[in-house]
Amino acid sequence: MDKNELKAFIAKRVAKELKDGDVVNLGIGLPTMVANYIPEGMNIFLQSENGFIGLGPAPEPGKEDMRIVNAGGQPVTILPGGAFFDSATSFTIIRGGHVDITVLGALQVDEKGNLANWMIPGKMVPGMGGAMDLVTGAKKVIIAMEHTAKGAPKILKECTLPLTAAHQVDMIITEMGVMEVTEKGIVLKEINPEFSIEDVKNSTEAELIIAEDLKEMEI
Amino acid sequence: MNKLVSIDEAVDMIKDGMTIMVGGFLGCGNPHKIIDKLVEKNVKDLTLICNDSSFPDYGVGKLVVNHQIKKLIASHVGTNPETGRQMNAGEMEVVLVPQGTLAEQVRAGGAGLGGILTPTGVGTVIEEGKEKITVDGVEYLLEKPLKADVALIAGQKVDKFGNIVYFGATRNFNTIMATAADIVIVEADEVVEVGDLDPNDVVTSGIFVDYIVDGGAN
Repeated sequence: MDKNELKAFIAKRVAKELKDGDVVNLGIGLPTMVANYIPEGMNIFLQSENGFIGLGPAPEPGKEDMRIVNAGGQPVTILPGGAFFDSATSFTIIRGGHVDITVLGALQVDEKGNLANWMIPGKMVPGMGGAMDLVTGAKKVIIAMEHTAKGAPKILKECTLPLTAAHQVDMIITEMGVMEVTEKGIVLKEINPEFSIEDVKNSTEAELIIAEDLKEMEI
Repeated sequence: MNKLVSIDEAVDMIKDGMTIMVGGFLGCGNPHKIIDKLVEKNVKDLTLICNDSSFPDYGVGKLVVNHQIKKLIASHVGTNPETGRQMNAGEMEVVLVPQGTLAEQVRAGGAGLGGILTPTGVGTVIEEGKEKITVDGVEYLLEKPLKADVALIAGQKVDKFGNIVYFGATRNFNTIMATAADIVIVEADEVVEVGDLDPNDVVTSGIFVDYIVDGGAN
């Protein structure tokens, strides 16, 4: 798979986690692609932390309105039934447990469900934006990312970068498989048949528990 | 009571060294014309409270590029490389705050609260130096209120009393910042007469607004 196919593959698998009626916040980058694979007929309410619910696709060229943008600042649309609100309300939704699922990328994630995705000291300090609140407040936190950073494991025994939040990650979805973070550690629930269990273990620093009913990853 | 002032009169209220809050999110909902005038007048050593530092050539990002900011309190600075450069060079102090915490700190400032308790940041570097309070077995950080000398906000339709109707996703921090500063100045896309706005549509009451600048319909 090339880079784009790989990202689409991960996004498609994440989309299968969504249920009718869910309020969902998608992070910038790969997580945003999940919106392209929401099954037809399923009602998903996409929340945008800059202040609305009912996030729709990009407008046709020439119809952009810089007063309706997503959390990345790009012009988007709002769907019928949507609503605009201010940042206090937006984070009431996020922190107050009214978001069913948030999907974010990660620099590192570890077997205790810790997540690091907002800074690399001395190198890159973009700020956390809404990520710390999202990861703390959403009912379910899904990390959608490539399994490694150019071969270097990102799923670790313990994060070394500054944390975004402690003990909040529920699920990790990569091109290699679907993993759940449990009390006992990270459980590989589904595996992409293109890889062997050994392949996945070799690309993961954390101890992987292989589910007894390990399934093939389907998209 | 005439709240309508010229853009020059409005910006003259902002002095070197003041703390200002500016509504907006990556430039969306920034009071763009007031910002441009602030750049032109080159007011210095400002402490800026804003969600982000926008882009180098859009919204509050211009104030950073023009070296007018001494200290920035924001949740995200990644879209403006000049912010990172000044931060790393020690030219500007940057305090990064989780976005929901920033919103609640401003809200607390405007609502007369002594602070807020949030679970966000527990177990991260954000908790350093902050009081932790356990309520019913859950740990929270005590985050103090934020206030400013001047809040610069943006509205779509504003009547001459200062009642504000917003459009699209421009509300963001504007509604809360309108409550949390000594002087609140709104840049209106359109100024209308008192009575022209349906009270059902008003989001920010004119009681919060001290001055109105007619930005001209965008």
